[in-house]
Amino acid sequence: MTQNGMQQTPEDAAKVAEFEARIARGESIEPKDWMPERYRKQLIRMMSQHAHSEIVGMLPEGNWITRAPSFRRKLGLLAKVQDEAGHGLYIYCGTETLGVDRRDLIDQLLAGTAKYSSIFNYPTLSWADIGAIGWLVDGAAIVNQTMLAKASYGPYARAMVRICKEENFHKRQGFEIMATLSGGTPERHAMAQDALNRWWWPSLMMFGPPDAESANSEELTRWGVKKKSNDELRQRFVNQTVAQARAINLEIPDSELRLDEASGDWAFGKIDWDEFWRVVKGDGPCNRERLAARRAAHADGEWVRKAALAHAEKHAQAAVA
Amino acid sequence: MTSDNQWPLWEVFVAAGNGAPHEHVGSLHAVDAEQALQNARDVYARRNEGVSIWVVPSSAITASTPDDVGSFFDPANDKVYRHPQFYKVPRGVRGV
Repeated sequence: MTQNGMQQTPEDAAKVAEFEARIARGESIEPKDWMPERYRKQLIRMMSQHAHSEIVGMLPEGNWITRAPSFRRKLGLLAKVQDEAGHGLYIYCGTETLGVDRRDLIDQLLAGTAKYSSIFNYPTLSWADIGAIGWLVDGAAIVNQTMLAKASYGPYARAMVRICKEENFHKRQGFEIMATLSGGTPERHAMAQDALNRWWWPSLMMFGPPDAESANSEELTRWGVKKKSNDELRQRFVNQTVAQARAINLEIPDSELRLDEASGDWAFGKIDWDEFWRVVKGDGPCNRERLAARRAAHADGEWVRKAALAHAEKHAQAAVA
Repeated sequence: MTSDNQWPLWEVFVAAGNGAPHEHVGSLHAVDAEQALQNARDVYARRNEGVSIWVVPSSAITASTPDDVGSFFDPANDKVYRHPQFYKVPRGVRGV
């Protein structure tokens, strides 16, 4: 692996060896510990993308808060969306321990130069989509984040432990929405099935490209950030979700889905990776809309941030006087 | 895109229950101590995770450095006589 064209001195090589030995011993790397520049860069990239995903992830769901079908559902959805804001903040703060400013990360998001999870570029067309997101998108995120809770970088791992605890509620509230719709009138059942049909494949794409094509996986695995491969996590998610779908009388939209007796795994059909890359590169159904909404929210909130600062400065002066 | 002035960084410590120590849970940005406390409650204690919160300006914390870990903690390495196992007790004696 090249170090971005940087010359490696013998001292660096020794430090890298000691660093990798620490990873091998399962030690946690903390903010002030020595780390290869490449490790720092990879973590900043990965953690900031994760934080952006939490923030942008509020948009498809926020869309439905005012249209939730009951007060109980509205309370649950509000609390979930508030959690996502909190998760974004945990991870931004974790990323800042690597020596970057949150302001710069947010600027990158607003400028469109940072990535976030492509799943949030799909539209939420009906209330059932809120169920599908909680069940599938949060379900897939939990599978991924349970692994990341053991990541070698301490602040990231600790943020993941906290997030996983909270997201179990997200998944259950989503599943309850789906179960309720599926057990309702034929029209409601069809709504739930339609949501599953549209969210199933994008959910499988959330785990990232196949192992053979995943550019960053080798390095992230060697440095103990990722403990399982994209394909392993995707398989784990499919295995746990098949039975859940059956339990609520919904059909996973994959004619090739079958249980492989030998491995105990559910074999599934081919994922449309062309679609995945199209959405990642900015041509999903809602990429422009999501960024426009974030930019507007940021601009509309500017006076609040300024006012808070002015208020604090005024009170600080009064305290001195 | 315009950049804001970034609000100062605060470290957050939460006591999980009565009698529990305050433990570091993370950090956040806030304009002053009062807002830092309110934000800490909303970010780190949405589910009764705490009964008490401390917020401390990150710049006010002085920490030991990993580079010095060997020499800094070295004085404690050779003082086995600070542990009860160092002392001999006759067989059969209890409660010592």
